[in-house]
Amino acid sequence: MGEAEKAVIDVRNLKVEFPGRRGTVTPLSDISLSIRAGEILGVVGESGAGKSMTGLAIQGLLERPGRISGGEIWLGDRRIDTLDDRAMEQIRGREIGAIFQDPLTSLNPLFTVGSQLTETIRLHLAMGKVEARARAVQLLRDVGIPAPEERIDHYPHQFSGGMRQRVVIALALSASPKLIIADEPTTALDVSIQAQIISLLRRLCKEKQTAVMLVTHDMGVIAEAADRVAVMYAGRLIEIGPVEQVLHAPRHPYTQGLMASIPSLGARVEKLNQIDGSMPRLDAIPTGCAFNPRCVSVGARCLRERPELIAVGDGANACWLNAGGTA
Amino acid sequence: MTASAQKKPALTVNGLVKTFDVSAPWLNRVIERKPRQFVQAVNDIDFTVPAGGCLSIVGESGCGKSTVARLVTGLHKASAGEIRFAPGRAGAPLSAQMIFQDPYASLNPRWRVKNIIAEPLRELKLRNTAAEVIERVEELLLTVGLSASDGEKFPHEFSGGQRQRISIARALASEPEFLVCDEPTSALDVSVQAQVLNLMRRLQDELGLTYLFISHDMSVVRHMSDRIAVMYLGRIVEEGDTEELFARPRHPYTQLLLQTIPNINAPRRDRELATGEVPSPLKPPSGCPFHPRCPIATARCSVEVPAVRALANGTRVACHLATDKPASA
Repeated sequence: MGEAEKAVIDVRNLKVEFPGRRGTVTPLSDISLSIRAGEILGVVGESGAGKSMTGLAIQGLLERPGRISGGEIWLGDRRIDTLDDRAMEQIRGREIGAIFQDPLTSLNPLFTVGSQLTETIRLHLAMGKVEARARAVQLLRDVGIPAPEERIDHYPHQFSGGMRQRVVIALALSASPKLIIADEPTTALDVSIQAQIISLLRRLCKEKQTAVMLVTHDMGVIAEAADRVAVMYAGRLIEIGPVEQVLHAPRHPYTQGLMASIPSLGARVEKLNQIDGSMPRLDAIPTGCAFNPRCVSVGARCLRERPELIAVGDGANACWLNAGGTA
Repeated sequence: MTASAQKKPALTVNGLVKTFDVSAPWLNRVIERKPRQFVQAVNDIDFTVPAGGCLSIVGESGCGKSTVARLVTGLHKASAGEIRFAPGRAGAPLSAQMIFQDPYASLNPRWRVKNIIAEPLRELKLRNTAAEVIERVEELLLTVGLSASDGEKFPHEFSGGQRQRISIARALASEPEFLVCDEPTSALDVSVQAQVLNLMRRLQDELGLTYLFISHDMSVVRHMSDRIAVMYLGRIVEEGDTEELFARPRHPYTQLLLQTIPNINAPRRDRELATGEVPSPLKPPSGCPFHPRCPIATARCSVEVPAVRALANGTRVACHLATDKPASA
């Protein structure tokens, strides 16, 4: 990408391996993406496509024996994939904030939200108790919690699901990180609450000029929130580009099939478009293009050679159809 | 009345009520002087499902939609009210089966698929010999788009979508005429969801099934159903023809639901919605349960529970303010 110097996070050819008794599986290979300040990159894919793992790899939270076996991760002008655990602890929370799916398990039920917020603030920023508490109140106000001066002394169970997710967002923002990784932040919430959380995330991202990586399986959430979209399939990035382009004029057959298989709120159709089969298991990824067994326009070349991500217009996609034909 | 409402109902539900006792244990009540506590999970609802059609019940978590599914299939006993199935092909009341949400939890991991599907056949003595059972199991596997050899495998060898196909095959084993589907695709990925929805539509046509479909996903509901009932805090607030309900929602809650669905074709983006949250079913608001969130609530709404009224177009709505003329939405 041309704006590499402005990117908050720049992932280059990332590869993750899990060595095991029956050989090594590669849940992520050749992932390249970057996010600029104030930009929301949506990462979509089916379960097991590697979208959450990309987020974990960036945060240095891969579970052993998983390891980054290739590529580079740059946070601003600092390379972070080679840092040790202690150095990464300094970065997590301070420079990279995280929001997880289930707001109930990401908060400690034994402490008030205020003490959890001030602990995080004081860990990362040089602040006294009084100052940190004032910042915590301000954060709760920023995320739209009514009467924050009072609510700060409440325990997580005293909040509803939507309010709890707001607290988690406040926690992620507490040290003004440059990057927020939000992994399915609205999946556990009802639609009417989901809409509130999406618009909150979008507003905060723009106001505070934070880069956001929004991991989700829900195309609707992507359409509402993201500026750019990265589509993943079987551990690879297959298409990336501006949200309107990827959603409404997708170039990769998988993205095309995915978009057509979503029941529309507009006209009702007799039969939904379906992609037959399911995503291959990580230990049985076919040679060539990983999507070839399910692809409608598969050719001989797709079975032999793996397509690289090639820039087309504003975006990029990995398909032989857009790179010289499938024959 | 619309065409679908004139069809013979397969299921008629009248004044259905389900109350759960959620009181603290006896000793705690005595010591802390707490009264008994009840949740009205389903509060006086009426609906009919037309034979060969599909009625969907939608609503947010905790609105009582899954309780309705369990009441209809007899997994819960109703506190009051009546659930009546019409006579089926054999003359006896038609039989219902259920498909559950989570295909990972609803299949026994230690059983081979052929035994999972054969269980209702053996239990209800629908086939006499072992050979007939095997034949029927293979037929069912083919019906749901799996191969006959898949019967020898265990559930863990299948993906989520294939597991849901196994659940459907098991539900079809006893040749039901009525299927209750509780969020059958919520645990699946979109590309797989489309496969399962297409399969369910095909089976409906081929086998003449009637569906009661429970979901929170409005786009799935729109694809599957002829009629939709919207539930809020244990009550049906609006029930009507699918197209009519999407085009002209009459109840403010239905309007809110339709507004908040992420729309791929017309995303909302920077508009922030003040939609509030569902109150606790333990302490439902007085009057109309929706009035604290309702943008058009009047003084009357906080005192008087609105009765369900039928409008000229066949929609039934529980709102003091809904009229035959659609609201400016």
